[in-house]
Amino acid sequence: MSTIAQPAVISTDVAPHRQLRPPSYWPFVIPALIVVLAVIILPWLFTIWMSLREWKVGSPTTFVGLANYLRLASDPRFGEAAFHTLVYTALSVLLPLLLGTLAAILFHARMPWRGLLRGIFILPMLATPVAIALVWTMMFHPQLGILNYLLSLVGLPAQLWVFHPATVIPSLVLVETWQWTPLVMLIVLGGLASIPAEPYESAELDGANAWQVFRYITLPLITPFLFIAAMIRMIDAVKSFDVIFAITQGGPGTASETINLYLYSVAFSYYDIGYASAIAVVFFALIVALAAALLHLRQRLQWNEIGGAA
Amino acid sequence: MAPFGPTRRTLLQGALSAAVLGLAGLPARAAPQWRKFAGTTLEANLIKGPRGELLQKYAGEFTALTGIEVGSEVIPEQQQRQKAVIELASGRPSFDVIHLSYHVQKRQFEKAGWLADVSGFMNNPELTAPDLVESDFSAAGLQFAKADHGPMHSLPWSVDYFILYYNKELFEKKGIAVPTTFDQMVTAAEALNDPKRGIYGFVGRGLRNANMALWTNFFLNYGGEFLDAKGQLLTDGPEAIEATQLYQRLLTGLAPPGVAGFNWMESMAAFTQGRAAMWIDADGWAPPLEDPNASRIVGKVGYTVVPAGPKGQFSSTYGDGIGIAQASPNKEAAWLYCQWAVSKLMGARLLQIGGGVPFRHSVLDDAEVRQGIKMPPAWLDSVIASAKISKLGLPVVIPVAEFRDIFGAALTATLSGADPAAELKKASDQYRPILERSEKA
Repeated sequence: MSTIAQPAVISTDVAPHRQLRPPSYWPFVIPALIVVLAVIILPWLFTIWMSLREWKVGSPTTFVGLANYLRLASDPRFGEAAFHTLVYTALSVLLPLLLGTLAAILFHARMPWRGLLRGIFILPMLATPVAIALVWTMMFHPQLGILNYLLSLVGLPAQLWVFHPATVIPSLVLVETWQWTPLVMLIVLGGLASIPAEPYESAELDGANAWQVFRYITLPLITPFLFIAAMIRMIDAVKSFDVIFAITQGGPGTASETINLYLYSVAFSYYDIGYASAIAVVFFALIVALAAALLHLRQRLQWNEIGGAA
Repeated sequence: MAPFGPTRRTLLQGALSAAVLGLAGLPARAAPQWRKFAGTTLEANLIKGPRGELLQKYAGEFTALTGIEVGSEVIPEQQQRQKAVIELASGRPSFDVIHLSYHVQKRQFEKAGWLADVSGFMNNPELTAPDLVESDFSAAGLQFAKADHGPMHSLPWSVDYFILYYNKELFEKKGIAVPTTFDQMVTAAEALNDPKRGIYGFVGRGLRNANMALWTNFFLNYGGEFLDAKGQLLTDGPEAIEATQLYQRLLTGLAPPGVAGFNWMESMAAFTQGRAAMWIDADGWAPPLEDPNASRIVGKVGYTVVPAGPKGQFSSTYGDGIGIAQASPNKEAAWLYCQWAVSKLMGARLLQIGGGVPFRHSVLDDAEVRQGIKMPPAWLDSVIASAKISKLGLPVVIPVAEFRDIFGAALTATLSGADPAAELKKASDQYRPILERSEKA
């Protein structure tokens, strides 16, 4: 019933009188406009233009229409790279999200030395990715690395970590998780701090247990923050390059080659600029699609929250 | 491709010219007009490593000789290759002199016409020392430096031969003879392999792309050729499959775990720690192996040629050259610099520190130069023996990087159990259109 009435209400609300800014304001937009055009729009148009040409460094270029895009469709290496990108992204969003939330709840509780402990916990985030990648490379070493030594202490067999196709992506995600869990924790801590105390008090009076408090009060209230964290992590993970490049260069073989690494190879070791541009365009579309999907999910969930509360 | 190496005639010529010209360095008697371009400033773009650093270190001597100032930029190999290509393609490189990797860039540079033709300079006595003649360079060097139809585009500078390094102590302990064939090599690796004690029979490059340098040596010794006379790819035939089976056999089970991610550096680490009995790689690693600060096996390293395969015995050969950008306004001054870089004096220094092997016979054959070599005599013997069986280790095509990546990935896949024949077939199918496209363009 209200569903029919609502649009009508909204439409009357949303129809306020609109007008363009007076012309005298427009010059103020121009500097920003020029910058955006020069550093975002033009390079993009240029990339799209390049992607329509056969363009190899050192050879003359020719217009080939959509041939580069058709080539993508039949390029198994690109397909694999796209798959690796999705797996890598999914894992390196979910794990930090899970652990970061857990850490936030832990560090939200009152305890001695809380500030200091929080400070220590966020240290990994402050390190330079390439530097930590090199340290992890040493730790992953099958014979000389500390990880296998630690495993041997608890009686587990030595692992190959980044040196085996089956374990390379999870191992890389481990690095990513180690470094970026603190970021999620910071965001969620902010969320936790903004929750009022009243719902907890009333839940306590009603005799809710810890899990129920978390599930029905904390989680719904921090969901918007989780989405923001997920969004930031997703964008970071999709475009991740430094850690993977420094540790495996996409190997063993191509087992950890993401679209970004493949793109780099095509552009800067094969010098195939046209094809690389086509990959960049498709990659861009993929990122936009992922972000849109996440935003859409967020909208729907919010709708449900409101629906559930009503 | 025919095998090449110094023939008796070229060796004789080299020895003769060395004898005639004496052992002096550059400021020879009928010297070119070294100071004609005094006051010029040159920019040189060099690869980080003993070669580039040697030129940088002695640049002052060049300036004293010619009055030409040199600014040299020394960058790690991978980045240097990218920078060179991008700058040369732009038409306005920031350098006059460029250090190039023949095995990767020869065809690309020739096709793009980025390097100046130096044949004219070479024949000009005003610009060129009399001892710098084509016949003083080994056949491999000339093959690298000259385009198909003759003109020279660079000077061959330093060559890398693949050799077999072995741990003498481990071999002696078990009374095993140094292998001279692939079969013996596998048997020896099996006998010396002792994973419980952390000792492995063999180590070598497993990392995609880098591993091709090792594999091609196997491939060549099984009688493999990369391309047939019509330019068709031959990389999924029986020779390639056998080579890959050998590669798979040696690097799974007989090599340290994780070898799929090893480049020369990791391989060298395993070898210098005494954890591997044999290692096949380029000849330039003797200095770190014999350095007590970096190695636990100083004095215990044996050097020999790569064992023979059923169809031949070759040493995979890779090389560096030094050339002049076509766009450079200072070509003559740059020529003097290139000439100095490959001169007998600088070549002798390079050889003596073990940083590389000059392509010039007059350096290798010089008794005095040899005496100054700080590496063990067995090392020099293995290098000279390798020169006689040298063969280009990579196909001379434009998409070398793709070749190394695609086939390198196939090789790495066999290390986790994939079937060699199937992987090679897949890689060849993937590479064929890339090669065709590059030859068409």
